[in-house]
Amino acid sequence: MSKLIMETKDFSFTYAGVDTPSLKKINLPIKESKITALIGPSGCGKSTLLRAMNRIHDLYPGNKYEGEINLYSADGKENILNIKKENDFIKLRQRVGMIFQKPTPFPMSIFDNVAYGLKLAGIKDKTEIQERVENALKGAAIWNETKDRLHTSALGMSGGQQQRLCIARAVALKPEVMLFDEPTSALDPISTGAIEELISELKNDVSIVIVTHNMQQASRLSDYTAFMYLGDLIEYDKTDIIFMNPKEKLTEDYITGRFG
Amino acid sequence: MGGRLFKNFSFFSATLSFFILIGIFSILFTYAQDSIHQFGFDFLSSEIWEADEDDEDIGIFGGFIPIVGTMLSTTIAMIIATPLAMGIAIFLTEIAHKTLIKPVSIAIELLAAIPSIIYGMWGLFYFAPIIQSTFGGQGVGLLTAGIVLAIMIIPFMAAITRDSMNTVPDVLKESAYAMGATKFEVIKDVVMPYSKGGIIGSIILALGRALGETMAVAFLIGSVMQIPSKITDPTTSIPVLLANNFSEAQGLEMSSMYYLALILFIVSFIIISVAKFYFLGKKVK
Ligand SMILES: Nc1ncnc2c1ncn2[C@@H]1O[C@H](COP(=O)(O)OP(=O)(O)O)[C@@H](O)[C@H]1O
Ligand SMILES: [Mg+2]
Repeated sequence: MSKLIMETKDFSFTYAGVDTPSLKKINLPIKESKITALIGPSGCGKSTLLRAMNRIHDLYPGNKYEGEINLYSADGKENILNIKKENDFIKLRQRVGMIFQKPTPFPMSIFDNVAYGLKLAGIKDKTEIQERVENALKGAAIWNETKDRLHTSALGMSGGQQQRLCIARAVALKPEVMLFDEPTSALDPISTGAIEELISELKNDVSIVIVTHNMQQASRLSDYTAFMYLGDLIEYDKTDIIFMNPKEKLTEDYITGRFG
Repeated sequence: MGGRLFKNFSFFSATLSFFILIGIFSILFTYAQDSIHQFGFDFLSSEIWEADEDDEDIGIFGGFIPIVGTMLSTTIAMIIATPLAMGIAIFLTEIAHKTLIKPVSIAIELLAAIPSIIYGMWGLFYFAPIIQSTFGGQGVGLLTAGIVLAIMIIPFMAAITRDSMNTVPDVLKESAYAMGATKFEVIKDVVMPYSKGGIIGSIILALGRALGETMAVAFLIGSVMQIPSKITDPTTSIPVLLANNFSEAQGLEMSSMYYLALILFIVSFIIISVAKFYFLGKKVK
């Protein structure tokens, strides 16, 4: 069994102004240096769960968390639901990065997009920034396409390139966990292939949680898969088992395309 | 069929506005001819404005004072209004609690809709005495005009800036927060650059409005032909001079007023064109 990097324990989540919880007592382990896929029909709570793991929900007031979400490190575990100070939120988000469904380049140059997080993290040394930007772009496999236009606007890149830039931007911060929310659903098949390849390479350095509604993607990429339905975690197991031999009838119905 | 009609109509409207622009320019230019011939570019630097009692075709007219008065009152207004309007817009889009956004927004839109003469009267009776007791001077003058102009353009600037800041997609802000940005950094590095076009646009529209504002300034600037030596001194501005003298002026004085109007027209036109082509053209696409 490989080590845990994160876990949710009896985690429930209720949006502001809503009576019923959108997530109900979720118990989900996230293994270190593995890819965990979250699957399930639209509206089952995949994004809600992912967005709790770096507490991006907290940008909007009034949401309710119950239970625990633990983040492990050499010093033991920390329940991230106890975070209250802005500084600690910033540290959390630097440790747990996030990639969104649509590419979100900032209105600045390609270089500055990647350097931005480093500057936020307080790195001032120019050569260090230069090096880490280059390494991040290489790591995200867009160095060759961008090295001659680093100082042009990132908004001029194609959608697939922009998404890889966003990954580079997150990678530059050397996070421990990266959360991907349907990162390829707005992209063409070729860009999708490139991003998938990139994600499987990344897992050597970082633990990954990926939400996808593409069953092939989940089975190709992930080591573990969690199937969610109407705010419940129905089944979690090794990806092969979920796809070949699920224990729950509901999982099987979903995998075989009987609903969703 | 309907589509074609609509296309023709919009083409017609677009052409019409172009011809109106040309028309205004040629009328100003034609009527200003006498003055342009007489004074040339010295008009811009001459401080004297004296009509001859007997002969309407002689006299000495120079635009320096109203030009300077316009520039100074507008500059004061912009210096005060820009940061405050940005602050209000940022407050409304990024900071204010949901329950506060609606009433503040409505108040701002109402303020933007108040006719300028009301600002002028309010400024004269209420605000000028405050300025006088705080900064000295005679109450009316550059500073009073500049501050009331600022108060007039703030709501307008804030409303346009807020609208453009509201177009910043939530995910973009979220992805900056997700990299460990603070609220201040998100505003500075994402919200402001993203809405730069709208912000500059609002500044320019406000500038145009301040440059041409007549009624409020007429109440407050003092309307005297005098170079201000202190910020509280009274002076005059192009639109105020035009409004005050138009009914009596004749001959060369009238022509000189057209000359002033032409200058205001050209300056406004240049500011807007420069802003449009330079700033908006350069915004990151
Ligand atoms: N901001 C919100 N406020 C209230 N309810 C929400 C909000 N966002 C999502 N929900 C609800 O939470 C449930 C889970 O949504 P989501 O996590 O986006 O699903 P998924 O990503 O699996 O498609 C849905 O029923 C959705 O309607
Ligand atoms: Mg979703």
